Amino acid sequence: MQKSRSSGRIRLMHRWLKTGGNLKRLPIAGICFLMPIVICGIFGFLFYPHPPTEMNLGHSLRPPAMLPGGEWSHFLGTDHMGRDLLSRLIEGARVSLIVSIVGVGLAGLLGVSLGMIAGYFGGSIDNIIMRIVDMMMSIPPILMAILLAASLGGGMTTITLSIMVIFWTAYARVIRGETLSIKQRDFVTLAVVTGCGRLRILMKHIFPNLVNTAVVLATLQLGRAIITEASITFLGLGLQPPASAWGLIISEGRMYLSTAWWIPTFAGLAIMMTVLGSNITGDWLRDVLDPKLKRI
Amino acid sequence: MAIHMNQECLLSVENLKTYFFTRSGVVKAVDGVTFSVHPGEALGIAGESGSGKSITCLSLVRLVPQPAGRIVGGKILFQGEDLLTKKEDEIRDLRGKTIAMILQDPLTSLNPVYTIGNQVGEAFRLNGDKKRETIRKKVINILNQVKIPSAERRLNDYPFQFSGGMRQRVLAATGIARKPKLLIADEPTTSLDVTIQDQFLRLLKELQQQTQMSLILVTHDLGIVAETCDRVAVMYAGKIVEIGSVERVYQAPAHPYTNALMKALPKLGRKNRRLYQIEGEPPNLHDLPSGCSFHPRCPTVMDICREEYPPEVPVSGGGAAACWLLVKGRS
Repeated sequence: MQKSRSSGRIRLMHRWLKTGGNLKRLPIAGICFLMPIVICGIFGFLFYPHPPTEMNLGHSLRPPAMLPGGEWSHFLGTDHMGRDLLSRLIEGARVSLIVSIVGVGLAGLLGVSLGMIAGYFGGSIDNIIMRIVDMMMSIPPILMAILLAASLGGGMTTITLSIMVIFWTAYARVIRGETLSIKQRDFVTLAVVTGCGRLRILMKHIFPNLVNTAVVLATLQLGRAIITEASITFLGLGLQPPASAWGLIISEGRMYLSTAWWIPTFAGLAIMMTVLGSNITGDWLRDVLDPKLKRI
Repeated sequence: MAIHMNQECLLSVENLKTYFFTRSGVVKAVDGVTFSVHPGEALGIAGESGSGKSITCLSLVRLVPQPAGRIVGGKILFQGEDLLTKKEDEIRDLRGKTIAMILQDPLTSLNPVYTIGNQVGEAFRLNGDKKRETIRKKVINILNQVKIPSAERRLNDYPFQFSGGMRQRVLAATGIARKPKLLIADEPTTSLDVTIQDQFLRLLKELQQQTQMSLILVTHDLGIVAETCDRVAVMYAGKIVEIGSVERVYQAPAHPYTNALMKALPKLGRKNRRLYQIEGEPPNLHDLPSGCSFHPRCPTVMDICREEYPPEVPVSGGGAAACWLLVKGRS
């Protein structure tokens, strides 16, 4: 059996490779944008040009290396405390990725579970959950983040929680809709007549059919989560100064915009690259995974 | 029909009523249906679309589409116990284990994300089997029984790699996996082409004889009933208009509707004549005709047919039919 199973998989993979359609459409642009950020996020601590918090007031507000007055040791210049901008951006990638991935993941966990429960059981449970969703969606995200920061204090945990609280509603809505349509399908009826219990039907028959949707949604939300994280930090509600987060760098650099434009600009570019990359990749993933759009 | 109601019945349905409460009024999809199934017997339920045959079957396993549909009256006695008074948990224990069902559309009835082996195996897992190896053996066994060629190899295939006929046989395998006492097949062959249909029905018949289970076969195809069933119930507008042994109903239909259906069947060897056609259209379930629902289309309509629904009258040769003609004839 083991042998036949693997040969079946290989056969399928071979066919997939031979058609080549999916491969050709790999999101090159998305990967180009995202890869450096991800590498910096994971391995950045190995190749900082300088420690990101190392201050050197004698070198403050140096322009990028290619501009007059720039030094090659500070490739992207320095900020008002003389910290190396490139190192801080690399460190910021780690923060952004951790916060957005964990936040979106937690949001997905909560949203998918509640969405499935709402869609499958219907009735008053559905009503209660969906009204809570409506309520949450009517609160401006930033206000929610302020409330959370005020009650829990700033820091990475708070931003991650804020992102979860802000983003789970979108999952709940989409997954509820999907669940509603999947539970009408014949194989669910078959599972019922075979004698499966509710939990078994939810976990074994409905959930696997939702995974694609949830994954696509997560990648598309990743970009928004990074922006949210940056905005919260920009407002001073997230990570506090000695740390390096992109939002913080923009916030600090804002004062020196007229003399040191590179500080907020490069941080902004980093955010843009990540968001654009994750959106492009998300779109590609949707095209590949969504059976309705998929080419056969 | 009361004749059949005795202790030996595996299933006896009495005056079952399943209504749908919609915005445009109450639809009486099943309106006072009474029939019984003996152990090892195959009962066909025939009727045109919307005559209530599928809803009758769904009512038997308490799966009437919610929230619009509701069973409002009657009894479903299965092995002497009323299914309608049971709790949801108790019904779930029955489903699959003692009453199994094969659904209409094999193409959508299998979960696309699991292998065939996994899905058929689920029945055994629900049955309490834990060891992978035993489950696998049982699955291969049952797939062989429904004649899936080289079952051992195809175990790991996904539903999309199977043809329609094979998928329907896989469904049959999930149906009979736990050796149920009653198998309900709701139009199992509608989406198959004729040769595969025939193959599948033979298989169904064979399985039924092997396992001594009872079979309820819902269909709109009278040919299928003749081939597979012992007795047949003909439904019209939510009611059974005639029930009896297949031979009797086909040779001497007592109800004008059944009679018309038989006349409308094309026969081999008889040439060229235009097929017989029943006048009018199937009734609108929102607004049924008064009296006998068939009266606007009935060639032998009488005054009383417009006023009152006919009682059920035993027919010579077995079975019963609901028609005023028979009442008149007797008195």
